[in-house]
Amino acid sequence: MIRFLLRRLAGAAAVLLVLAAVTYLLFYLLPGDPAVLACGKGCTAPQLDAVRHALGTDRSVPEQFWSFLSTLVLGHRFSTGPTTVWCSAPCLGYSYQSNEPVTQMLLDRLPVDVSLTLGAAALWLLLGIGAGLFSVLRPGTLRDRITNAVVLALGSTPVFVLALLLLMVACVWLKVLPFPSYVPLTEDPAQWAQNLLLPWLAIALVSAAGYTRLTRAGVLEALSLDHIRTLRAYGFPERRIVTRHAIRVALPTLATVAALDIGALLSGAVFTETMFGLPGLGKLAVEAAGTIDLPVVCGITLLAGALVVLANTAADLLHAALDPRVRI
Amino acid sequence: MNASTVTDPVTDPVSDLVLRVRDLRVGYPGPAGPVAALDGLSFDLAPGQVLGLVGESGSGKSAAALALLGLHRGTGATVEGAVTLHRPGVPDVDLVAASDTELRTLRGTELAMVFQDPLTSLDPYRRVGAQIAAAYRLHTGASRAQAQRRTAEALDRVGIDPALRARDYPHQFSGGMRQRVLIAMALALRPRVLVADEPTTALDVTVQAQILRLLAELREETGMALVLISHDVGVVAGLADEVIVLSRGRPVEQGPAGSLLSRPTHAYTRRLLDAVPRLDAPLPERPQPPANDDALIQVEGLRVDFGTVQALRGVDLTVRRGETLGVVGESGSGKSTLGRTLVRLQDPTAGRVRFEGADLASWHGRLLRERRRDLQMVFQDPGSSLNPRRRIGDSIAEPLRVQGVRDADQLRAESVALLERVGLDAAHADRHPHELSGGQRQRAAIARALILRPKLIVCDEPVSALDVTTQAQVVALLRELREEFELTLVFIAHDLAVVRSVSDRVAVMRGGEVVETLPARELTEPQHPYTKALLEAVPRLDAVA
Repeated sequence: MIRFLLRRLAGAAAVLLVLAAVTYLLFYLLPGDPAVLACGKGCTAPQLDAVRHALGTDRSVPEQFWSFLSTLVLGHRFSTGPTTVWCSAPCLGYSYQSNEPVTQMLLDRLPVDVSLTLGAAALWLLLGIGAGLFSVLRPGTLRDRITNAVVLALGSTPVFVLALLLLMVACVWLKVLPFPSYVPLTEDPAQWAQNLLLPWLAIALVSAAGYTRLTRAGVLEALSLDHIRTLRAYGFPERRIVTRHAIRVALPTLATVAALDIGALLSGAVFTETMFGLPGLGKLAVEAAGTIDLPVVCGITLLAGALVVLANTAADLLHAALDPRVRI
Repeated sequence: MNASTVTDPVTDPVSDLVLRVRDLRVGYPGPAGPVAALDGLSFDLAPGQVLGLVGESGSGKSAAALALLGLHRGTGATVEGAVTLHRPGVPDVDLVAASDTELRTLRGTELAMVFQDPLTSLDPYRRVGAQIAAAYRLHTGASRAQAQRRTAEALDRVGIDPALRARDYPHQFSGGMRQRVLIAMALALRPRVLVADEPTTALDVTVQAQILRLLAELREETGMALVLISHDVGVVAGLADEVIVLSRGRPVEQGPAGSLLSRPTHAYTRRLLDAVPRLDAPLPERPQPPANDDALIQVEGLRVDFGTVQALRGVDLTVRRGETLGVVGESGSGKSTLGRTLVRLQDPTAGRVRFEGADLASWHGRLLRERRRDLQMVFQDPGSSLNPRRRIGDSIAEPLRVQGVRDADQLRAESVALLERVGLDAAHADRHPHELSGGQRQRAAIARALILRPKLIVCDEPVSALDVTTQAQVVALLRELREEFELTLVFIAHDLAVVRSVSDRVAVMRGGEVVETLPARELTEPQHPYTKALLEAVPRLDAVA
């Protein structure tokens, strides 16, 4: 277990290093000069040079990459003219555009995505597995087919179309909910939930389809297993066999997929954030890419990479926890 | 009176019986109408009585077992006839006509079942104690504490220490112990009928003997009746009072075990009995006894470790050119690892295997690929050792293709010729493995091993997945082929009688070591105590005669 986690940690460090290098390289292959964008209109040549020097883009690429890494691990003292600021590790530098510390920018937005993702995940697991069990209790019947058709239709709808529909229905026609705007959980839990309800629903309805299919297929496969036959031979009711025993066989797979989905969603849900005006990482990433804001892009990429690695590790731990035969 | 209550004035009252089965039929849906799996089974079962159901695979034994508990429901199979359960003071119930709810309350409490494959018949996600307790609480509504006590009693009775093992998961138990757990599950509910479908087929002989002894004891103690289903007449012979022989779904002979097995009247029963490999059968003469001093393979100080497990701990062995060396032992004795190491599917941790004097480990790359043609293997389960997505002919020709033959006509011709040699025909080349029976698949696997004209074939349990009659045919085929192709065979099996019937010499393995090597004709008078113990565990046909 300890060895497994240490191995994973080393693996994560390697993945993140490669990720940072690739992001840096891609960035320098792109056309456009961040200094020109930062300096603005009517910028003179000496001013531009000064900006380049301040941003550090006048140095060679490997040098910049090395300084990025050492800053990340050790922290860095930035001096612009008379003022010096200490940026402590993990320091991702300062945004070219707003001069804010990138680490702080990410920390400000992460709670939005954590709220969005965890709420949505709870909902999609409930809906997805629930619908799967509902359909598989009567396989082959009308109820089974209708459930699957509905779930499939929702699953193949783009999230922004569903988001629009939900906004129209809930906020425009029925007027049961206000247009969402993010309220932190720490400020007002009720408001937090009320404002996130529609984004949660939008993501959950789209994502549930996969879980319904996995549940249904997993349970159907499990029902032909020998140990399920043993339960039948001992008179266990079919409903109990499905909901307590057969689902157990599908659970490790469901948990693995869920952990990976959650990891991917945590680092930003661009469409959902945009549609519902949520100040999350996805929106930040799109803006930063548009303005060639290297520190921000790099910061988000690394955070996303770290979250995916974390999700993978969580998936493996969950699998081991759910299957007594798996030891790590 | 509800529909499931049976009173039939014509037949005898069933008061002294627990189960009366009349004209039981099971049909499975097929492309051309229903296929009859079981066609007219009838018997009476008294308390404490043991009924043996014998037959080859496809004879309908398992269909009968499932039908007794109504386990065909919801599968599309049709069940007709009557299975009347008699309980003192309660109206009789016909299990075929009973409602689902009624049937569920009877499963476990009146009729319980023990299945063939103990490895997969327990829930891998739950502790064994909890599984037994759950079944008990389902029917009795007992408290957790009561159920736990009852579980402990039942586990204790089947020889498992509840304090130590009740909180373990199934994968922490061996096959024999898992079968004990399943028997304990039945025992906790004290059913009056226990249906055991091939309860020992997946187990070693010594473990099989223990399980059979346990079943016999439980019948004595509890007075439960037992329906014992097996393809192995020997298993049934030791325990059954009455035997029914099934062939293609039809009962062909039925009667008291002693007279039926010693004086069978039906030709099918006689064939079944003749096919059972016997330790006292006369050994066939070998036309050319193998030379004594010409070693094809020399194994020296062979050790194979898997992590901390020592599969082989120092094996020295010689396989002579042209001989058939039998290897016997229980599961975990290292016999399969030895076989795989002989054909270099497994590298030794220490020691060496010499083939015609050359160390196998010294072969690499192209040389290894060329020399592999001399070393072939036939596996236990032809269902999984033949690629299910490939036609049989392609699978057989594959080794030739790997050796560089590209001419499609030649590949086809060679594989068809071998198919015909092993008793199949050209048409089988275009079939897929699932379209063949187990015996046919094993024949195809043998053809594949032969196509490179190897010097050595290692057969790892080649017949243990097959019926006795098919088993006898495949063994006869191997005997013919070894003369014709001048083969040296290493024949690995847990069945002593089969090994004795094909081998010139037999190596007995235990715990990763060869404890004894002796000529096959002396196998019945062994020196080593372990070999003696193995022999004593073999069920005998004449146990009741």
